[in-house]
Amino acid sequence: MDTLLDVENLWVKFPTRQGLFDAVRGVSFSLGRERLGIVGESGSGKSMTGRAILRLIRPPGIVEADHIKLGDDNLLAKSEKEMRAVRGQRISMVMQDPKFSLNPVMTIGDQIIEAYRLHSAASKSKAHAKSLEMLRAVSIRDAERVMRAYPHEMSGGMGQRIMIAMMLIPNPEILIADEPTSALDVSVQRQVLDIMDRLVKERGMGLIFISHDLNLVADFCDRVLIMYAGRVVEVCEADKLHEATHPYTQGLLNSLPRLDMPTDRLEVLERDPAWSEVPSVSGRA
Amino acid sequence: MALTDRTGEGRASLPPWIKTTFLTLGSIAVTMLGLLFVTFIIGRVMPIDPVLAIVGERASQSTYDAVFEELGLDKPLIVQFGYYIWDVLHLDFGTSLLNARPVSEDIARVFPATLELATLGIFFGIVLGVPLGVLAAVRKGSWIDQVARVVALVGYSMPIFWLGLMGLLIFYGILGWVGGPGRVGIFYVDVVPPVTGMILIDALLDRNWDVFKNAFSHIILPAALLGYYSLAYISRMTRSFMLEQLSAEYITTARVKGMSEWDVVWKHAVKNIRVQLITVIALSYATLLEGSVLTEIIFSWPGIGSYITTALLSADMNAVLGGTVVVGLVFILLNIFSDLLYKVFDPRAR
Repeated sequence: MDTLLDVENLWVKFPTRQGLFDAVRGVSFSLGRERLGIVGESGSGKSMTGRAILRLIRPPGIVEADHIKLGDDNLLAKSEKEMRAVRGQRISMVMQDPKFSLNPVMTIGDQIIEAYRLHSAASKSKAHAKSLEMLRAVSIRDAERVMRAYPHEMSGGMGQRIMIAMMLIPNPEILIADEPTSALDVSVQRQVLDIMDRLVKERGMGLIFISHDLNLVADFCDRVLIMYAGRVVEVCEADKLHEATHPYTQGLLNSLPRLDMPTDRLEVLERDPAWSEVPSVSGRA
Repeated sequence: MALTDRTGEGRASLPPWIKTTFLTLGSIAVTMLGLLFVTFIIGRVMPIDPVLAIVGERASQSTYDAVFEELGLDKPLIVQFGYYIWDVLHLDFGTSLLNARPVSEDIARVFPATLELATLGIFFGIVLGVPLGVLAAVRKGSWIDQVARVVALVGYSMPIFWLGLMGLLIFYGILGWVGGPGRVGIFYVDVVPPVTGMILIDALLDRNWDVFKNAFSHIILPAALLGYYSLAYISRMTRSFMLEQLSAEYITTARVKGMSEWDVVWKHAVKNIRVQLITVIALSYATLLEGSVLTEIIFSWPGIGSYITTALLSADMNAVLGGTVVVGLVFILLNIFSDLLYKVFDPRAR
């Protein structure tokens, strides 16, 4: 499998009054044309990992790594201007809640057209046609009208599909989906995931799927990294998640209710301070 | 608003803008009525006898009674209030006791002077204050932010009369870069025909560049001073509005798209603070239009602030109340105007 992205020893640090706080501590992994899940509780550093790849951690935050390679380019060596050519065009990101991730005072059409024209010399009318096509690809009916509408006039599921259309329109190689369905109703989660899955497959893209939902990730991804306290504690194939050996992963799985094995009491996850001291597991395929 | 009627073309009932216009006019009318009621009551409870003020203390009883009746003071209060509204609607605020001229004529003379000064002042405040606030927010904690903070702090805390006097001393007295007190130099008084009452505009209409230059050299210092005060307020508010927007998630979206930081700030974030900014600017502008008494006195600027103050000190109630009504009207109109702009700038308010 050809490697799209290779991350080696990634650290994300934030200065605080008590000294440097390490949000991500030496994470390494690679991504091919696959669906890679990153699971972990809040504060485990999974979102920070996603944002660090795009170099979106703002000062005073610090990103360090041996390398973050996109193909043969080391992203860490790029200037901010060169990074802008990577963002959107080569790596893109879908965020949690479309209510906040779309600009409330711009029409949806303007925002999608903008995403396209930032990386293409296409005329406005061509960009408009392309945007319509993209909206239809994410199953939006009446795309013409949606183009003229504002984000607050959309439902959550529609908003997230619009977000996906906007982020995929420059045809990136990698999509980072940071909790893309957490703000959505359960009934539309599946629909949004299916659309994202289809597009990612059609285009041969790599997907990093960040979530706190173990079942969803096991169901949806090919490979899973389990993060705890800024480190990768376990890597496994998604369909073998139930065979996971790390006590944290097992604890997480045991704390979920199961239809086929009803119990009276669900287990409470007991955290062992030693977990956060064990070095990161490599997430290379 | 539902998606369907945003773009729906054929509407059966009245176009919504007619309804909105009526509602707006209605709200102006109600607010004005309240304002007039207040000024009317003030005029009646003030321990100043309007009849005595006209006829003087040595008038005979019959003269007194005649004027008493002429003013309608023998009628019930509600009828007097009706007369008052009727008069105000005809722009009749009574006669000034100081110079025996109709108050409306005085206001028509002093208000344009204030309008001219305030407009130029708020212009400075916006043009310098908004970019300064945006810059301070974008470079939070940097030296630009610190400079902006000090500039605003000085603006808040320095007494305006001191800054005004120092400005006159340095730029007029010592350097001679600007004109002195007053609206134009003595040789330019009444040279251009008064059309709007604002000398800069009248000079432009008359294409009299000498008058324009001279008037500009006179207005620039007080306008810059007032502008500085609104700049202090506007830049601080802009900074905090921007900080709020810059941490919003749609800003990250714009960055993820590969947009330059300049465009992220000016095309995305600034678009989202327009509504809040309008409120702040409208408030500052209204305060300036009220007439800044100290500035007008220091620069011998014959504006509405010094007019009302002079009238108040000499118990010229007609002039005070007339001025109050005009200032109130300005506030109401500015509020309506900023409400209209909200709807232009924020689709959620439509």
